[in-house]
Order: sequence, then C-alpha cells, then structure tokens
Amino acid sequence: MTAHILIEARDLYRYYGGLCAVQAVSLTLCRGEVLGFLGPNGAGKTTTMQMLCGTLAPSAGDISVNGLDLLAEPKKAKAHLGYLPEHPPLYHELTVDEFLLYCARIHRVPRAGLGQALMRTKRRTGLEAVGGRLIGNLSKGYRQRVGIAQAILHSPAVVVLDEPTIGLDPIQIREIRDLIGELRAEHGVILSTHILPEVQAVCDRVLIIHEGRVVLDDTVEHLTREHHLAGLCIALRRPPGIAYLHAIPGVAEVRRIGDERFLIRSLPDGDPAEALVEQAAEGRWGLYEMVPEARSLEETFMQITCGEGPAPPTREAAS
Amino acid sequence: MIGVIARRELQGLFASPLAWAVLCVIQIILAYIFLSRIELFVQFQPRLLGLEGAPGLTDLVVAPLFGNTAITLLLVAPLLTMRTFAEERRNGTLNLLLAAPVSMTEITLGKYLGLFGFFMLMLLLVALMPLALLLGGPLDFGQLGAGFLGLGLLIAAFVAIGLFLSVLTDHPTVAGVSTFGALLLLWIVDWAGESGEASGVLRYLSLLSHYEPLLKGIFDSADLVYYALLTALFLILTVWRLDAERLPR
Repeated sequence: MTAHILIEARDLYRYYGGLCAVQAVSLTLCRGEVLGFLGPNGAGKTTTMQMLCGTLAPSAGDISVNGLDLLAEPKKAKAHLGYLPEHPPLYHELTVDEFLLYCARIHRVPRAGLGQALMRTKRRTGLEAVGGRLIGNLSKGYRQRVGIAQAILHSPAVVVLDEPTIGLDPIQIREIRDLIGELRAEHGVILSTHILPEVQAVCDRVLIIHEGRVVLDDTVEHLTREHHLAGLCIALRRPPGIAYLHAIPGVAEVRRIGDERFLIRSLPDGDPAEALVEQAAEGRWGLYEMVPEARSLEETFMQITCGEGPAPPTREAAS
Repeated sequence: MIGVIARRELQGLFASPLAWAVLCVIQIILAYIFLSRIELFVQFQPRLLGLEGAPGLTDLVVAPLFGNTAITLLLVAPLLTMRTFAEERRNGTLNLLLAAPVSMTEITLGKYLGLFGFFMLMLLLVALMPLALLLGGPLDFGQLGAGFLGLGLLIAAFVAIGLFLSVLTDHPTVAGVSTFGALLLLWIVDWAGESGEASGVLRYLSLLSHYEPLLKGIFDSADLVYYALLTALFLILTVWRLDAERLPR
C-alpha cells in the first residue's frame, strides 16, 4: 500500500513571527484520491498548501512527495508536484502558448514530448482556441484555466489547487469539477475551498482545518452516511402533546418549530420514522408531511468551526 | 534551466514597451552626445595636428561617449532591475518559479543573465556609433576594447546590485530608488576625504575609479577583480535572500 502514498506530511508547524499559523498538521494523499481542504479564511489552508509545494518551509515537520523528502531533495520532489496558487502565477505580457511552453521547460518536460503535452493540456482545460492570445487580455475564467493548465502540464503525481473555482461562473465551475474528476484517474489531487457543496461533489476525503489544526479528517462518504439521518421534520394537523412524541422509541429530542411542525432528533442507533407513522395513524394526528433532516457537511463544518452544540436546524424555513 | 529563465526574462522585457522605450531613449541621448563630441573634434582638429602626442579620435570622441554611457546607464539600470523580483512577487508569479523544480541559484542566475543580456545588446548598439567613425579615420582598438570591457563590467555590477535590492522588497519603486541610491553612492564615494586616511579605501570602493583607467585604455587586473567581486557578492546575497524567503522568521 505504501507505494500508492503520494504525499505524506507529518506534524507540520509553521510560525509567522510569534503567530502559529499551522500546528501539528499531518496528512496523507494516495493515488486516485481527491482530498479537500476546508476551513474558514485564515485557517491555515494556504500556508499548508504552500508548505506541501515547497514554496514555504515548515518550521517543523516532514513532507515526502512520492517517497522523496521535499526538504532534503527539493528539486527532485518538486518535479512530482503541480501547484496552482490562490492567485494564478501568470505573465500577462505573454501569450497562452508562450507561457505554457515556458512552464513546460522549467518543469523539465522532455523536448520530445513537449508539443504533445501542450496539446493535451490545452484540450483538457479548453484552451485550444485562445493559444495565441495574450494572457492579460483573457477573462478571469480563462486565466484560471491557464493556471490549472500550468499545474497539470508536466503530469505531476500530485496536483495542488488552491481555491480553483473562485470567481468562476457556474458553468465553468462545473467544467473545473469535471476536470478534477478526470485528474483523479492518474494523479492525486489536493484542493482547498470554502465552498462546501464543492467538497461533497468532488472530494473523496475532507480535511477540516480550523485555527491551524486539523479538526476533522474523514471520508466524504462516511460523513454523509453518518450524518444522513440526524432527525425528522414532521407536520401534524392535530398535534398531540410533546410528551406523546417523546415516548416514541428512538426519539431523543423533540422541538416545536411551528404551530403544527416539530423537529425530531433521533438517537444515534434508532430510526423513529416507522413507529412515528404508526402512532400518528392510530392517534389520528393528521400527519401530512415528514422530511428527513439530513445533516449536511455544512452543519458539521459550522459545528466544528464555530464551536456550536448540536447543529442548528437550517432547513426548517424551507420545509 | 538558467537559459530558459534568462530567455523568459528577455522575452518579458521585449514584450513590454519598457525595453523598447529604454533602448530608444538611450540611443537618442548618446547619439546627441556622440555628435557633439565629433563637432568638437572637428573644431580642434587643425590645432591638434601641430601638437606632438596629441589626443586622437578615440581619446576625444570614444572615451567621453563611453563615460557618458556609464552615467546614463546608472540612471536607467535601476528602472530595469527593479522589476525582476519585486514585481514578480507582487504579481504572485514568483510562486511559479519557487514551486518548480529549479534551485534558487538557477533562478537568480537566470534572471541575472537575462537582464545582463539585454544590457549587452544595448551596449552593442552604442558601440556601433564609434565603429562608424572607421569610415573617416583610424581608431585605437585597444582603447575602444578596454572601454567596452569597462562598460560591460560596470553593467555586470549594476545588475547584480539591482537584483539584490529587488529581492528585498515587493515594491518595484522602492527597489528602483534604493538601487539608484546605492549605485550613485558607489559612484561618488571617493569624493570624500580626497587626502584623508580613509581615502584609499573609499577610492578602492568607488565604481568610477575602477572605470576611468579602462576608458584611458589602461587594463589593470585589479579593476577586473573589483568588478568580479562586487558582482559575485551581490549575486550570492540574492540567492541567500531568496532561499531565506521560504524559511520561518
């Protein structure tokens, strides 16, 4: 299994003067995996990414890329990395082709495969039509694509994208997400974002960083399943007393959120839905609506980063 | 790798109007100086003919032209060197180089050679003017060569100093002003203490005092060593500073 680990970082610390921006961050990335960094602004996402890419040295900790120590052999290790910083590093006075050719050269793409690598990358990022245009004259969406093209041009083992979809329109966001899904096949991808649905849409694993620490490291699938049935939102024409609802097996907490509406939190191992329907029919409570209250990643995120207790019911207004 | 970075540096210069504007302005100003020196020479020529060991065409036209070129470059070099690191850092493009599999030495030397190449191109254009004099009379090629070498060495030092001051800041103008200040100070540093005890040291430090002998056609390896040391010192400092950038402060 160890052969598939592309990035392994252990106990990374980074200080800016007296300020500790990142502390004790450890992570691994395997081939074929998309890892999402999630966290509020200033949580240390960018600092961590910069350390992983070698543009910033950690105050303490080890990083190995594809088995090569980034600090001891930076030149060799960096050859396996493709990095799109928060602000795409573009020379506005060059054309897209000139720029990509330069990037290919400084990443030591062999001369023989140069033309092919350029063509393939431009096709993947949808830049075929703008090859001859000056980067300075391109729209933001296209510039972002050039930035991504620059990061994947030399087919690195690991692609690190710092907020790749920021400032793009929904169609472009979708294209970028498709591209990330495509990259997954050959590369390991790390991306940072504060757009939560994005993590759910493209990532396999999520790492929530808060105040420089990793507060959650879990697979998206597990998170979604775990928090799927956190409760039920029901509406009754003739509601009984709250005590009746409380008595139903599997119910942990009942809250009245309207005249006829209740929010029911279930116990971790119980699902009260079936019993609830039976009781409602027997007691003629007039059950006319029942919506599973799925706890989204957003709530988990809010709970972790804002230090709130149980996640607030955010969907009550909608149902 | 150094060549790739140097080429991009040159490409970037010529893709912007700055390089063309600088080349154009320098050429106009130096052409004016050149013509006025020729006029002076033509005026004095009859009187010089009677003198024993009188200064020739190279002394009266080429040496002053190269002297003035040095002063013009002193003003112009900071404008070009200030952008190298400061602007790249400001635009975030420095990250591209820092994340790429290239060493700090390669980045520094690449940028240095790119800029140096641009200035050599400029000097070649300037050197065409004295060479045009060959149409009318003989030149002292030894003196001309020494002067050209002097200009090249001077520019090598200018660019190294400018590069270092550019890596210190992310404001191109700050880099420009401080480079200009540093160069000017090194130029005039021997004005102070003409007779004092420190004058020897100050005289050695002065850029000008090592340049003047070359203009007269006197080649002293001490001058060559001075420029080589100065250039190497600032290049090494640049590499160090660039490396330190990633480290925690």
